[in-house]
Amino acid sequence: MSITQVGGVSGAQTEPPITRPKRIHRPTLLAAAALAVLLLLLALLSLLIGTGSSTVGRAWDFLLGDPSARADAQVRLAVMDVRLPRTVAAVLVGVCLGAAGCLLQAVTRNPLAETGLLGVNSGAALGVVIGLTYFGVDSPYAMLVWALVGGMAASAVVLLLAASGRAAGSPLRLVLAGSALGATFHGLTSYVLLSTQSTFDTYRYWTIGSLAGIETSDTYPLLPLIAVGLLVAFGCARPLGALALGDDSARSLGHHPGRIRVVVAGAVTLLAGSAVALAGPVAFLGLLAPYAARTVSGPRIGSQLLLSALVAAGVLIVADLLARVVIRPWETPVSVLLAFIGGPLLIWIARTDRMSTAGASA
Amino acid sequence: MHLAVEALTAGYPGHTAVRGVDLSVPAGQVVAIVGPNGCGKSTLLRAMARLHKPSSGSVRAGDADVWQLRQRAAAHRIALLPQSPQAPEAVTVAGLVRYGRHPHQGLFRQWSREDEQAVREALDATGATELAERRLDQLSGGQRQRCWLAMVLAQQTPIVLLDEPTSALDLGHAVEVLELVREVAAAGRTVVMVLHDLASAARYADTIVAMNAGEVLAHGPSREVVDAALVKELYGIDADILRAPGDGSPVVVPVARG
Repeated sequence: MSITQVGGVSGAQTEPPITRPKRIHRPTLLAAAALAVLLLLLALLSLLIGTGSSTVGRAWDFLLGDPSARADAQVRLAVMDVRLPRTVAAVLVGVCLGAAGCLLQAVTRNPLAETGLLGVNSGAALGVVIGLTYFGVDSPYAMLVWALVGGMAASAVVLLLAASGRAAGSPLRLVLAGSALGATFHGLTSYVLLSTQSTFDTYRYWTIGSLAGIETSDTYPLLPLIAVGLLVAFGCARPLGALALGDDSARSLGHHPGRIRVVVAGAVTLLAGSAVALAGPVAFLGLLAPYAARTVSGPRIGSQLLLSALVAAGVLIVADLLARVVIRPWETPVSVLLAFIGGPLLIWIARTDRMSTAGASA
Repeated sequence: MHLAVEALTAGYPGHTAVRGVDLSVPAGQVVAIVGPNGCGKSTLLRAMARLHKPSSGSVRAGDADVWQLRQRAAAHRIALLPQSPQAPEAVTVAGLVRYGRHPHQGLFRQWSREDEQAVREALDATGATELAERRLDQLSGGQRQRCWLAMVLAQQTPIVLLDEPTSALDLGHAVEVLELVREVAAAGRTVVMVLHDLASAARYADTIVAMNAGEVLAHGPSREVVDAALVKELYGIDADILRAPGDGSPVVVPVARG
């Protein structure tokens, strides 16, 4: 609705509509709708193709409710017990990483900030290793819980460090505390691994992020965490936007930069922690999705979050689809595929001047 | 709104930047704080803006101590334009000015008619209405500074603080911004600004506050305050003080050495 009125037509009604913020940014709306449709199609493909013994045609019949396909235990197993959980997990992990990456980049004013920055990944790894070594963890679900607890605990320590003392809550403190503790956790993980051989193989598999072997019920305990994380994320959109003006301006507009950072980092912890618990560390997604979102949304944080989450979910489904088919019948872990796609993309971003659209500041 | 600073002392660990400063600014006045680099003028402004907590003394905006107010309540009374403000990338002018309405909005209190009205008035007052849809990073320095002023005005605070609002501008745009500042004060707002240029401070401010080493050296109407002795004391240079033929305001001309 941006019709610019030319000339002085009837006095009282010439309200320049330029000053009214469009409730929903139009390109964002269109992009979101397109992405949502695409996501549905990809999810459908993800149910039809790969892993488990069922042809595409049989899986399609199954989804349409064909009685013979429904009765076929093999098809049911492939679609309902193997592919559906993976698809659900891909969407959840994608949404989490997309939103978390977006939040973290805004809060640190660093377009290259990644979800691992708060120590979530290294903490989760340490949690898994401790669980495997000292508590005899053997089920995927138990590993998920240990990863979640480890990731959350690590992130909490990072936040506490970053939020105390002088310059509390500054982006620099957050990054410093995150990388310092990340290194510490990494060291501890290596120490525990070196002292016990048996853990190593299981851990090695976990540390390469993958969606294989997830059950739908694994995601249930994470749903409330993800929901809270997303709610906080969208609730913080406005103050987070003001942070882009610098701390002084944000404060003179009535915001509390330090408090915003801690709350947002808390949301990042919930989201990234859930993602790492479900799929292990998945790199690049939290970095690239927000970047792609910004090309459409501009500086609007709410729009960025929405698009970034959708993009990340879509990319992860595609990566997981490729993971199933690239070297059939074996699987490539999604994180490996993402690294293959993400590396060149990152170089391309660095080579173009698109860094600036990400809000990079000196 | 009346702004009063009483016995304000502020600083950093191991360094006192402002010592026992008293200052009273009546509503609708323009005060310029001048002085050499590192004299404490920015710290003083930041203390007024509730950005730097003083170690003692008080800042009162109207009937309330600024430091007793909540951040948001303070943002209803005092607006600040920092020296080199950061813009969100790719933000439009209208988008920038809308930030000024943040103190008036909440999680559930969204954009209202008053917000709309305030933004439109601010754009109008700064002559930025035509620029509203343009991207801020595609404007000239002078245009950009007007847009920042518009954001600060949209906040609709009775007190406006400006930290070197003309430092990056050429003469023409600097004058444009200072004229704007006068209009803002004429509309009843109280303006305190830090300025580097003594001559424009003398011309556009009702009162000059000259600071050195954290203390106020001189304080009063520009024509009475600015003299050769003050310039010597502030900057350590000899200067002739001329009177502008137009309005008699003081013009500082440094004397060349040798």
